[in-house]
Amino acid sequence: MSRSQGTLRELVWRRYRGNRFAVAGALVVLAMFLLAILAPVITPYGPNSLDAYHVLLPPSPAHWFGTDEVGRDVFTRMVYGARISLTVGFVAIGIATLIGTVVGLVSGYYGGWVDSLLMRFVDIMFCFPTFFLILAVITLREPSILNIMLIIGLTGWMGVARLVRAEVLSIRERDYVTAARAIGCSDLRIIFRHIMPNALGPVLVYATLGVSAAILTESSLSFLGIGVPPPTPSWGNILTSGKEFLEFAWWLFLFPGLAITVTSLSYYLVGEGLRDALDPRLNR
Amino acid sequence: MVNYLLKRLLMMIPLLVGITIITFAVIHVTPGEPVEMQVAMNPRVSAESRERLRKFYELDKPLHVQYCHWVSRLVRLDFGRSFSPDGRPVIAKIRERLPVTVNINLIALILEFGLAIPIGVMAATHRDGPLDRWTTVFVFLGFATPLFWLCLLLMYLFGVKLGWLPISGLHSLGYRSHGLWWQLLDMGKHLLLPISVATFGSLAGLSRYMRGSMVEVLGQDYITTARAKGLSERTVVYRHALRNALLPAITLLGLSVPGLIGGSVIFESIFSIPGMGQLFYQGVMARDYPLVMGVLVITAVLTLIGNLLADVAYAAADPRIRHGRGETP
Repeated sequence: MSRSQGTLRELVWRRYRGNRFAVAGALVVLAMFLLAILAPVITPYGPNSLDAYHVLLPPSPAHWFGTDEVGRDVFTRMVYGARISLTVGFVAIGIATLIGTVVGLVSGYYGGWVDSLLMRFVDIMFCFPTFFLILAVITLREPSILNIMLIIGLTGWMGVARLVRAEVLSIRERDYVTAARAIGCSDLRIIFRHIMPNALGPVLVYATLGVSAAILTESSLSFLGIGVPPPTPSWGNILTSGKEFLEFAWWLFLFPGLAITVTSLSYYLVGEGLRDALDPRLNR
Repeated sequence: MVNYLLKRLLMMIPLLVGITIITFAVIHVTPGEPVEMQVAMNPRVSAESRERLRKFYELDKPLHVQYCHWVSRLVRLDFGRSFSPDGRPVIAKIRERLPVTVNINLIALILEFGLAIPIGVMAATHRDGPLDRWTTVFVFLGFATPLFWLCLLLMYLFGVKLGWLPISGLHSLGYRSHGLWWQLLDMGKHLLLPISVATFGSLAGLSRYMRGSMVEVLGQDYITTARAKGLSERTVVYRHALRNALLPAITLLGLSVPGLIGGSVIFESIFSIPGMGQLFYQGVMARDYPLVMGVLVITAVLTLIGNLLADVAYAAADPRIRHGRGETP
């Protein structure tokens, strides 16, 4: 490989860096993580410390984003809420991607009745409005952070499965897979060493876009009162009181909503940037 | 065409069975018994009447027996009675709510296609120009904005600050005492915000999809041929390219059904609109099992029908599909 061209990784990185929106998205995501990790250093208040004398105050130098109906600092709750919202988005999509990849690999590699069976199952799952399924399971079980991550993951893997299967179907026929089979590699080795690495690019893109969607789902659930249980702050459940005090306290619904939109947008930009960097022919 | 239709219909049967199995599993694999909720609410319920309730709902039988009974009643469109105090049949409740949600979503869908097609076409024909860039920004915002937050913003702006539009329900108080036109206008005002939110929700995805589809078609050889023949750009874009770019959008129409219905939970519960979404939300909150199961099955079947209609429309529009050629493996 010539020096001027560099490795594939360098090539992808150079293309990614060339995309201003994608870089901005990555920086925002990074900043959100820093805020979440450094929460106790950044703000002097506790996320659940009540203050009966400072209820529903508009934004001021002491309380940047105002206070809520029991005197808690909204900025503080948002910074701590970032921990929850980011974790839920990440773990939920991790679960979905894992299940989807395994189903897609098995389905695409083995074909035949295994493939038909798994793909019919995917079709069936796609028939349900995902949000209805999530709502049903979460209220019948207990709304907890763990359950939310599990359920968003368990209802969100079908797209990845179809994607991976399609990739595997085309990779399976390539010469290096035939060669691997000819020298006697086991099925598992072929799937995980030879096929999976070549199918990972689109999966990475899909997963990044998925984080954005999962953050939206979590906030919607928490907003409806069946997500992250109070008093643990999440961007969604701060907005619940935002709705209640819509007429008096604009700061209660403006800032958390902006945080969700900006974060979700950033993940989206990162995902799109990755897609273009990994395969410049797509979407052009 | 008849063959194709028959094949499509036969393929629905295993999917229908799967839908009932998953619905049943979702409800019955979760811990806690449906009866417990009713019993817990009322301390005077004795162990004996608790048994009677269990027997009534057949909870004392093994799961597969329960499932078979449930399905055999489903086939006769008997979804059981709601657990709520009024105890009305689930099917009656759904029949009352379904039209509201379907109508709102139909209007939203028409608006969405009406807007997304020109947006997508314009972005594709002015690729990388300022118009394309602005629609991309709009599309990204559309993907990233939480719908419930958009509802809150619109409520605040048009309901609270400007006071132009009502922010909850379908009618104003005492609407019955007015004439028909007043009533229609009143309902229109109530529905303006929910329909806008429902439209915005999937507008972004669809217009992006239309752009991609259009860009792809514009790169095909027959478009070059059409241009080479000296046809005007207008004819090339609208007669030759758009028709082919629209084909995949038909499939998208069918696929968008579950998303639309799922999204209705959010705007219906925020704007207090008595539709399926609100019914379902109230049902899960009250652990109204027959209702939850009924709504799940009906929405999934609606999706199935939506997909079927989309496939049939696609086959009618594209002879390659109905003659079984050009099918992807």
